[in-house]
Amino acid sequence: MIRIEPRNANSAIFSYGVPILSAFIALILASIPLWFAGAPVLISYVEMAKGVFGSKFAFSEMLTRATPLMFTGLAAALAFRAKLWNIGAEGQLYLGAMAAAAIGTGLIEAPAFILLPLIIAFGCAAGSVGMVVPALLKTRYGADEVVTTLLLNFIIIIFLQYMLEGPLKDPMGLGWPQSSPILDQGMLPPLMERMRVHSGLVIAIVCALIAQFMLARSVWGFKLRAVGENVFAARHAGIKVNRTILSAALISGALAGMAGVSEVAGLKGYLTSDLSPGFGYVGIIVAMLAGLSPIGVVISALFIASVFVGADSMSRAMGVSSYLADLVVSTSLLCVLIGGFFSRFKMVRTSLKGQN
Amino acid sequence: MTSSPVLILNGLSKTFGSVQAADSISLELFRGEVLALLGENGAGKTTLMNMLFGHYMPDGGTIDIIDDSGYTESLPLGNPQASIAAGIGMVHQHFTLAENLDALDNIMLGSEKFLKIRRNKSQAVQKVQKIMNDSGLVAPMDVAVGKLTVGERQRVEILKALYQDVKILVLDEPTAVLTPQEADKLFENITAMTRNGLSVIFISHKLREVLAFSNRIAVLRHGKKVGEISSKEANERKIARLMVGEDTKISLRKKIKAGAPVLELDNLTISGSSKRESISNVNLSVKKHEILGIAGISGNGQTVLANAISGLVKPSSGKIKIDGKTITSIDPSNIIQTGVGRIPEDRHKDGIVGQMSVAENMIIEDLNSGKIQSRGLLDREAIMQNCSDLSSKYDVRGPGPNAPARLLSGGNIQKLILARVFEASPKLILANQPTRGLDLGAAADVANRLLEARQRGSGVILISEDLDEILSLSDRIMVIYDGKLRTAETHNRESLGLMMAGEVA
Repeated sequence: MIRIEPRNANSAIFSYGVPILSAFIALILASIPLWFAGAPVLISYVEMAKGVFGSKFAFSEMLTRATPLMFTGLAAALAFRAKLWNIGAEGQLYLGAMAAAAIGTGLIEAPAFILLPLIIAFGCAAGSVGMVVPALLKTRYGADEVVTTLLLNFIIIIFLQYMLEGPLKDPMGLGWPQSSPILDQGMLPPLMERMRVHSGLVIAIVCALIAQFMLARSVWGFKLRAVGENVFAARHAGIKVNRTILSAALISGALAGMAGVSEVAGLKGYLTSDLSPGFGYVGIIVAMLAGLSPIGVVISALFIASVFVGADSMSRAMGVSSYLADLVVSTSLLCVLIGGFFSRFKMVRTSLKGQN
Repeated sequence: MTSSPVLILNGLSKTFGSVQAADSISLELFRGEVLALLGENGAGKTTLMNMLFGHYMPDGGTIDIIDDSGYTESLPLGNPQASIAAGIGMVHQHFTLAENLDALDNIMLGSEKFLKIRRNKSQAVQKVQKIMNDSGLVAPMDVAVGKLTVGERQRVEILKALYQDVKILVLDEPTAVLTPQEADKLFENITAMTRNGLSVIFISHKLREVLAFSNRIAVLRHGKKVGEISSKEANERKIARLMVGEDTKISLRKKIKAGAPVLELDNLTISGSSKRESISNVNLSVKKHEILGIAGISGNGQTVLANAISGLVKPSSGKIKIDGKTITSIDPSNIIQTGVGRIPEDRHKDGIVGQMSVAENMIIEDLNSGKIQSRGLLDREAIMQNCSDLSSKYDVRGPGPNAPARLLSGGNIQKLILARVFEASPKLILANQPTRGLDLGAAADVANRLLEARQRGSGVILISEDLDEILSLSDRIMVIYDGKLRTAETHNRESLGLMMAGEVA
């Protein structure tokens, strides 16, 4: 018989080893459908690696893809640390993107050093609003934020479609539901010449470093962790729980909004309703894979972006479906969740027979 | 009393990691006997019983069951079904009843075949009725267990064990939740049952009842059996010395004149969602240099009273005054600021953030002070220094300042909380069940700290279910029953017991 007992201490090997091992196991598991699809497994993975590391362009594409995932991953990680389940990063991303498009497409004509901070500020503020509203509903009325944030996503996306057909519609856009282009001085500068990777990546990494520092070293981070780990003890100790939850909501929403700003004002240059292929939801996976650590989010965003970008190029080279990327990403999440279980509990073999 | 053994434990041992929880314990239980199993927390009582029930696999040793005809059978180890089949029953300290089912359903639960289509209730009723007649344990059978009193629930729990035809009954701290009168009744019933051949092992902390109601006492310490005496030859001092290995030292209360009131509750009323969450028109005052003991069975409003003084619950009406000033905004941080130290009832839930480090838990009530932070950033060195200072001053032992606080033992968690509370030199200390679940050494430490605080001029409210603790520490005693507080004029067990049961003493 096997019994499950809690482990006494979480060892460092587990907290770092589990996500890395999970990623590998996910790749191994994904080789099964790959093999069924008739593709040679090893060569396919080589193609996948080439799609990420094969050229400067491939690598920059991976970084471009990782940027919004870092923002949405941070948004999820910070909220989840406070046990505030923000499932609405997708909606908040579009709120940020709409604000960026509203400000940046000619509403204000100003030089870059004024316009860019304005776009970022409004984008973050819009994302914050998208998260603070459900957080207020939670703290005031006890409404479950999983439901409210998730459903707000659909409301916001419909609102987006209205905006793209109405107020934000590009008059020169030949009837396509898209916004006018962001002014040149409103665009985040690119990082490499002739590549799409832009300075949003730098902002994301800086945000992760700040978040990591604040969580570990600031009174605010202390309160956030205390509320997330044991809300009863936190309240008993005089920590203002609702205020802490609202602050987490504010920052989580702002980071998700920043993902939208970075996609509109860094990559695409205009707003469409297919701006995000689910970056908000993938951000949750990024955060979980990172064990809710901000620095970890940067690394896991790079991994997941590699899988997506690599799988694209593999599917072109080998003629297999690029949905394999989704498969790898979701199996790696499952592996991390199972691995997390093993890092908290251990299996103990007990024999039913009497003493030896 | 016949003298043939029914159960022989022989050299049972069990280690958990580096801890020897049970070290070659041997024990005999005779037919029709009440054997008391005594020991501090962590002495190995629960481990031993869990091995008897097959919940734990012993590292070594044997368990023999002797049936009525004298046939000795070795019990398969680590197999709960075998233990049940051998007629061993256990009543846990925390009830394991389904509150929405009636008593009869609870009693029958687990004794019916899963796939049986028809239930034979009338036969069960007859059987329960017979057990009730034989033992004197009476409880209504057709009422949902959630509506029964604590004493009745416990009787249901014991009936449930007896219904399975047990020959050996283990009671784990059966009187923890009972009034002294209810406890006496329970022991009468137990005595009646042993006359019919039942053998009882009962685990307790309370020396008084152990002496009064058992035939024999076995004492465990650090996983070893350190003594076994007949109850007739024993006295409290003797047993306490066996349990702890030395006399416990609780410093004597020095006579000291109480000063001005530090806390006054003025017609405090809280209307909670249920009766146990309500108090009505509570008036009390605690003065400097004074310990006010509040006795009562749990669930009579202590928790909500403590929550109100801690700032966790806002009163529906009435006033809380500290140092004569009415507190207008009642929330925990404000209450802490005005100089109230709180030792929470549930130290794991309200006292510590288990995942955060010992050092962080020591400063969690201090986040706004300049000692450990400046401009919103934590001063790590100051936090570590604070932790090492307090750890040595309050003797908090554990795996180190950076280890998660949940790894500390119960006694050390309480010491961590004491360190936090007493370092702030509070005017008022609210100690809610401060020694519950602690071993004698740690409990004595808590008592001494409370007395020291009283000496220094703090007012102390001591809420406890342990009458001995209340009687030995308090200057004045009040009793809480059904959400109402009454002053106890006479300080003795009997009159307090009656007041705790809601009767006018």
